[in-house]
Amino acid sequence: MHKAALGILAGLSLVLAACGTNNNQAAQSAGPITIGVSLSLSGDFSGDGKALKQGYDLWAQDINAKGGLLGHKVTMKYVDDASSTQQVVTNYQTLINQDHVALVFGPFSSLLTIPASAVTDRYGYAFPEPAGGGPKVFEKGLHSIFFVQPATVEDNLVSYTQWLLALPPGQRPKTAAYATQDDPFTQPQVDKAKGLLEAGGVTTASYKVYPAETPSWDTLALQVVNSKADVVILGTQEPDAVAFVKVFIQQHYNPKSIIETTGPDQGKDYADKVGAANTEGIMVPTGWTSDSTAFGSQQFVREMVAKYGGSAGDISADSAEAYSVGQVVDQAAKKANSIANKDLINALHSGTYQTVQGPISFDSIGRPHGVGVFIEQWQHASAVFVYPSSVAKAKPEYPKPNWS
Amino acid sequence: MRIVLEAAVLGVLTGGVYALMASGLTLIFGVMRIINVGQGALVILGAYLSFALSRSIHLDPFLTLIVTMPVMFLLGIGLQFVFIRPLKTDREALSVLITYAIALGIEGVLGFFFTTNYIELRAWYETASFAIFGFHVTWVYVFGFLLCLAILGALFVLLYRTSFGAALRATMLNRTAAQLVGVDVDRVSALAFGIGVATAAAGGVVFGVTNAFNPGSHYDLISRLLSIIVLGGLGSLRGAIIAALIMLVTTDIAAVVISPVWASFVFFIILVLVLIVRPQGLYGVRVRERI
Repeated sequence: MHKAALGILAGLSLVLAACGTNNNQAAQSAGPITIGVSLSLSGDFSGDGKALKQGYDLWAQDINAKGGLLGHKVTMKYVDDASSTQQVVTNYQTLINQDHVALVFGPFSSLLTIPASAVTDRYGYAFPEPAGGGPKVFEKGLHSIFFVQPATVEDNLVSYTQWLLALPPGQRPKTAAYATQDDPFTQPQVDKAKGLLEAGGVTTASYKVYPAETPSWDTLALQVVNSKADVVILGTQEPDAVAFVKVFIQQHYNPKSIIETTGPDQGKDYADKVGAANTEGIMVPTGWTSDSTAFGSQQFVREMVAKYGGSAGDISADSAEAYSVGQVVDQAAKKANSIANKDLINALHSGTYQTVQGPISFDSIGRPHGVGVFIEQWQHASAVFVYPSSVAKAKPEYPKPNWS
Repeated sequence: MRIVLEAAVLGVLTGGVYALMASGLTLIFGVMRIINVGQGALVILGAYLSFALSRSIHLDPFLTLIVTMPVMFLLGIGLQFVFIRPLKTDREALSVLITYAIALGIEGVLGFFFTTNYIELRAWYETASFAIFGFHVTWVYVFGFLLCLAILGALFVLLYRTSFGAALRATMLNRTAAQLVGVDVDRVSALAFGIGVATAAAGGVVFGVTNAFNPGSHYDLISRLLSIIVLGGLGSLRGAIIAALIMLVTTDIAAVVISPVWASFVFFIILVLVLIVRPQGLYGVRVRERI
């Protein structure tokens, strides 16, 4: 009996050893893979596209240094979509059908993510994406898309409205002016903020929606100036974010608070354009800043500075969002023990994933549940978290100081 | 009412810039009967040259024109010699393709050297302004407008007060007849192309100090410039100036009175109505061709 038991144990250990050997061999023999991304390396979103590329490249470097994505060395393949909704579709079709990439990551903006997601879903690819969080992205109810940010886009300004409405009655703004691009990323945020502030008793002094290709933003900015609103809420990308601020300076218009959906989050690039002294007090919603202590964030900051130069304050939140996409996919691959798209999709629909933006989980149509989007404010030539108080590094400056 | 007046003032000031940019385009068409769809890219190239100079030797953006206009003039002559002059047949159609290829080439080169990030030309007076009845007029727009007036004035003098201008206008009216009376139309064409491209440099610097731009900005620009010269009448300098002012003033007023979304549409309604009444545009000349 004793001998028989020993024999069984020996047999079992041989089987287990064999299994272990097979797993190692499988890992070692895992071939390199290519991950395809359509990026806006030219056109309106080129600044953001470049920042995404930096985040993706750094993640690829890190994952390869650790032995690859589940043992597969990763090569990133980027194709320029020129910020075009037509080109982004062609790009993902080419990446999937012609280049036969193993995985795809998302482009910049909701505008491009919407048409791109229809293509990737048709071919059964998982589509983790860093920058398409507008409500229209999720309207199709696709099971394969995953928006890797701490909240859906339409909630981006909710924290800001909560902060404004929590101000003492004597300081609380009475009027607000709104101007936004007719973009699925910017407009839903501004519209939701407008609804919340109106419900909170803040009168709308001006509300304008404009196309991105507007020849001159100056006229729109003049309307905001003429509204004399206490606070200004702008649904901008970086170029119009800069243009609005310049007109406000030219017209000596000093609202108590200004928030822009994109632009002030671009670090030094934004400060250079509006003038560092003029950034004081300007706010932006963001899920990440360089002093974030979320999972791997500080290491990410160190590596970004080492790889691309500059300082921590120069790092765009776009890069952190792109890096988070890689982190989520890495963890999902380990969880599924597979890099097959079907397995990744199944894995991503359950559990919580640690990213430099904090923990994120996804619902059945890819909407994220994270720690929420916070408010960042430029203070003394750098952007810091100011709301909510649980993450704030400084108190919000209110009212915003006059232009320098 | 106040905002409408402010929008109109802004429209006139920015209209001057578009008039300058469109003047080169219409001049080139007038002389050579080609549509230079690369004009937008040449404007952006001019803006980048000014950017490079102002950054490297800390020159005021407007002063960079001392260098960029002659350089762009020579570039224009070179482009005409290499790409346009060899076209002997079907010039109008082929020139569109060739100048579009030039535009793409310029975009690619600029993207390689300057990246695709948006940039702006910086000047100390970019946010400085002076008040008139409570409205702050920005110096940068005033300087830009004055520069446009000066260059357009110089163009008028060149066209109407010099023998070269006479030769150029003769070529615009009838290329064959001009040749018969001894005008060297190839030389006139090359110089006209050079002048058209040099005005792009001037337009580029004013565009660059009032707008963020990147190598891809020429697409929006050329569509507006083409609309302007069609409204003004192809080949008419006066028409380009008037049409540019109409375009910018109407879009700016429509943006504040109706909606920014409909602003461009309002201009195109005007364009279509004008073309129904005057198919040759505001100042264009009707040409009958024997088939």
